[in-house]
Amino acid sequence: MELSGVERNKVGCQWDNGHSKNETDKKMMGFFFKYAPPQAFYRLSGKLIPWFSGAGVLLTVAGLWVGLGMAPTDAQQGEGYRIIFLHVPASWMSMVIFMAMAFWSFLGLTFKTRLSGMMTAALAPTGAIFAFLSLWTGAMWGKPMWGAWWVWDARLTSELILLFLYLGYIALTSAIDNPIRRDKAGAILALVGSINVPIIYFSVTWWNTLHQGASISMTKAPSMAHLMLLGMLLMALAFWMYSIAVALYRVRTLILERESATKWVQSLAEVVD
Amino acid sequence: MKAFTAILKRDLRVAMHRKVEVLSGLFFYLVVATLFPLAIGSDLDILRRIAPGILWVGALLSSMLTLGRLFEADWQDGSLEQLVLTPHNLSLLVFAKIISHWTLCGLPLVILAPVLGLMFDLPIEFVLVLMGTLLIGTPILSCLGAIASALTLGLRGGGVLISLLVLPLFVPVLVFGSGAVESLAAGLGSQAYFSILMAMLMPAVFFSPWACATALRVAFE
Repeated sequence: MELSGVERNKVGCQWDNGHSKNETDKKMMGFFFKYAPPQAFYRLSGKLIPWFSGAGVLLTVAGLWVGLGMAPTDAQQGEGYRIIFLHVPASWMSMVIFMAMAFWSFLGLTFKTRLSGMMTAALAPTGAIFAFLSLWTGAMWGKPMWGAWWVWDARLTSELILLFLYLGYIALTSAIDNPIRRDKAGAILALVGSINVPIIYFSVTWWNTLHQGASISMTKAPSMAHLMLLGMLLMALAFWMYSIAVALYRVRTLILERESATKWVQSLAEVVD
Repeated sequence: MKAFTAILKRDLRVAMHRKVEVLSGLFFYLVVATLFPLAIGSDLDILRRIAPGILWVGALLSSMLTLGRLFEADWQDGSLEQLVLTPHNLSLLVFAKIISHWTLCGLPLVILAPVLGLMFDLPIEFVLVLMGTLLIGTPILSCLGAIASALTLGLRGGGVLISLLVLPLFVPVLVFGSGAVESLAAGLGSQAYFSILMAMLMPAVFFSPWACATALRVAFE
């Protein structure tokens, strides 16, 4: 059954090949799918972006103030430890974003919502940037603390492989021109990758114990002062807000690009200008 | 089941007509293994230590190189589209293709490995463990690689793209495959490594044909 662009927006699904769910299912899913059509989501995200970016800026200022200004100097590592206020939240974000990508991919493959593929695609560059940031700041921390830019530590190595997974996703999706195939192929890759991430982490840890890696372990860090923890949590929240704002902004761009032929996009004030 | 065996037979027969293609992967493995001593030096103590790693990385690269052949030729002559259109279970048909890929590109590596192992002066029990890990590990490589091969079907820059997608996923297999020999050398035994490799093989065999079938359907939509 072929649906016109506007009708498809109402359904919010890519294909409605007759295997539609029964009425009760539709009601239950109604709330869930309210913002699944790109058109509705475009409006919602437009309203949300200022809030998330504002919160991101405020939390970054607060986090940096607590982290760089108020938190005490570390007894063992001196001032150099302060890079963890960027490093740790960046590593967390890189992993969270991959899980979010797997979540959207799962939704996209099971419910065939068009938005899911765009969400996954919008999250990938941010995740890759955070993985890179985490490795970069890790190297800058490692040089004064371990005496080496790079150590074949289990965490470093698995973070590097996570970065490769992000780059693989971006490379695959940018090589496919057809948007439907791009979304689905990307979703399969993200899901396969997400199954592999824990296995990779486990295997690298195992490998590391065999090879006698770094003698200093980040897990054995002394218990943190409250202010350090606060600074780190503020920065983590700031990164969350930043990621959401940037991903939403990117999704809006993707929506405009994909739906550029539809009437609702062409009647938008920002497009008419 | 009839379709399964038919595809298996057909793929093997086609490969027999293009013997060079099958042998090129094997030849690549041999050349890579020869390059390392030339680059590192002929000190047998060093070579013996790094041999499991070299032989595993070589096997990994060789099976990666041959992945393009898995679906590409069938896609170009249109027979892959016919397979997707048949009423048979596509996962099962894809599974047959994965098995034939392993028989043609994975199994020869396992058989060649002991010869290369002797070139690196590995003791015989190490060679046997290496063969064992390759025997369990190379099917995992074929399974994971088939997914990447199906995803990149017909894309520009497909070959390089496959390696980008597949190499990070190969990491666990590489770690446990080459780790088994090293662990044996350290006097710790290699039993655990075999168990873990088997534990990775099972889900790979179970899920990979399904993921491949989905990816192929996507490619033909």
